Amino acid sequence: MAVITPGKRFQWTVIDVVVVVYALVPVLWTLSLSFKSKATIGDGNLLPSEWSFQSYLDIFQTNDFLLALVNSIGISLIATAIAVVLGTMAAYAIARLDFPGKSVLVGFSLLVAMFPQVSLVSPLFSIERSVGIFDTWPGLILPYITFALPLAIYTLSAFFREIPWELEKAAKMDGATPAQAFRRVIAPLAAPGVFTTAILVFIFCWNDFLFAISLTATTRSRTVPAALQFFTGASQFEDPTGQICAAAVVITIPIVLFVLFFQRRIVAGLTSGAVKG
Amino acid sequence: MAEIVLDKVTKRYPDGALAVSEVNIEIADGEFVILVGPSGCGKSTTLNMIAGLEDITGGELRIGGQRMNERAPKDRDIAMVFQSYALYPHMTVRENMAFPLRLAKVDSATVRAKVEEAAQILDLTPHLDRKPANLSGGQRQRVAMGRAIVRSPKAFLMDEPLSNLDAKLRGQMRTSVSRLQKQMGTTTVYVTHDQTEAMTLGDRVVVLRGGLVQQVGAPQFLYDHPANLFVAGFIGAPSMNFLAVTIRAEGATLLAEAPGLRLGLPPAIGQTLAGRRDQRVTLGVRPEHLSLGNGALQCSFEANVEVLEQLGSEIVLEVRAGDASLTVARIDPQARLVAGDRLRLCVQPERLHFFDPSTEQAIR
Repeated sequence: MAVITPGKRFQWTVIDVVVVVYALVPVLWTLSLSFKSKATIGDGNLLPSEWSFQSYLDIFQTNDFLLALVNSIGISLIATAIAVVLGTMAAYAIARLDFPGKSVLVGFSLLVAMFPQVSLVSPLFSIERSVGIFDTWPGLILPYITFALPLAIYTLSAFFREIPWELEKAAKMDGATPAQAFRRVIAPLAAPGVFTTAILVFIFCWNDFLFAISLTATTRSRTVPAALQFFTGASQFEDPTGQICAAAVVITIPIVLFVLFFQRRIVAGLTSGAVKG
Repeated sequence: MAEIVLDKVTKRYPDGALAVSEVNIEIADGEFVILVGPSGCGKSTTLNMIAGLEDITGGELRIGGQRMNERAPKDRDIAMVFQSYALYPHMTVRENMAFPLRLAKVDSATVRAKVEEAAQILDLTPHLDRKPANLSGGQRQRVAMGRAIVRSPKAFLMDEPLSNLDAKLRGQMRTSVSRLQKQMGTTTVYVTHDQTEAMTLGDRVVVLRGGLVQQVGAPQFLYDHPANLFVAGFIGAPSMNFLAVTIRAEGATLLAEAPGLRLGLPPAIGQTLAGRRDQRVTLGVRPEHLSLGNGALQCSFEANVEVLEQLGSEIVLEVRAGDASLTVARIDPQARLVAGDRLRLCVQPERLHFFDPSTEQAIR
């Protein structure tokens, strides 16, 4: 380790502060706007001159936001679960096996990830309408899984490659079937990777706006990012800035909880001690 | 416990590379057999084929009289110790050792008893509830051994189990592996690239090169009667000196001649070399069979000391005799020698080896 001189320390402190401020100012501003009363919303102060919870009360006045929240949580959780399960199996195969067409498969999944989603919105809209899943949960879950899978496969196969293959051989020699070896040796070691992937996929689904706005029409399946768009002020001339900010703060909470919950399971260096490094 | 028979076992990879070619070995029940050779000689592949971790392309593998080619590793009832130990990092030492028993659905009381017994043998009792990450290299190695011995398999397979340990620990573990195997009497196949391990551990040693068995025999037999140049150079440390010599006849005796070197050969060797008069052969002499002194002129020659290595208990010399450069070992450390000295070296003629330079086979 290089010695950290006071000068270096100062330099790093400045850089860290700049980065943190840059990242947090918009968040703080949103938070501040959500607590301002309608009268002071345009005053430009970071600290609200008078604190008001009106915006929060407003968004829960109708069922729309609550329904959107339920839709968001349900759709994101289901899509995450399916994508992670499929991604785990695919990534394991890609990391461990040599099968014909492996590079083609990997290439195609990369292609899916690179495909501009905007260009798929109109075809998806038409397809979903004719198939009858437009404005339903599956109508959003399906495209979410499709676009989350490449991400899941890539992240997970990197994790699987980290697990020494000899562990699997050892399990086989100890009398395990391939399924037992996977369940009792490989899966527990891949857990940090699975949780990391779950977090990333969940955030991707939770934050999606494009599909949510294009493939939904009613509160039946509209998720929060899309629902925000339909907020209206009390009158035609009133901007619903306060409500939108309050909603933005509210929908950040589940994601923070989700990350905190899974982060504790991401224990670095879980495989240390398996093999001589 | 069982005997292991490899009958023309062959491994060819899909890309056509031949890793192991028609290996025939019969390993008796309870025998300790070493597979030794340089890297890439096919020793680990052979072991993996016995284990079932690699498919056998040709030939037959029998364990306890039954054909094993198509059986999954778990149905072969053999345990393996890996070079990297391959301990399960999320399990404690106890769980690691109990894992094979749990998979075999042994009841908890027996598992406990067996694990504790194995821990006792391997001196692991105080560490049973620790995770592998918190153990030293030697302890990890013993856990790997423990996992193999708990379920009393038909055979042990060991893939360079000591090569990750430091020299001192390796020496200690070598002794305990040997003792453990004698105690349990389980058939063992042990892979190593270290000829010292091969010499000290095995009942028999199989020397492999390029997927071909070079020689099979007891360690001392390989040392005394190497079948070819490769085995001669591989077994023994420091390795054997080789010289290109010409066989000449002088009256009734035969001489091995090289520039600056003339060695008289005893009648016993003379007979086997009689047909090679005036031909070039490769002469092999082990460094420890060269000594200082004024032996009969017939079997001694002059040499210049080029490099001198003081090892404390002995001196190892690099000397030059004519065109040839030779290693001489086991010189008394009391000998007052310096680089550049000219000295007279004596050979024991009955310990000379001769090889055909074209086939590399020993001339017997």
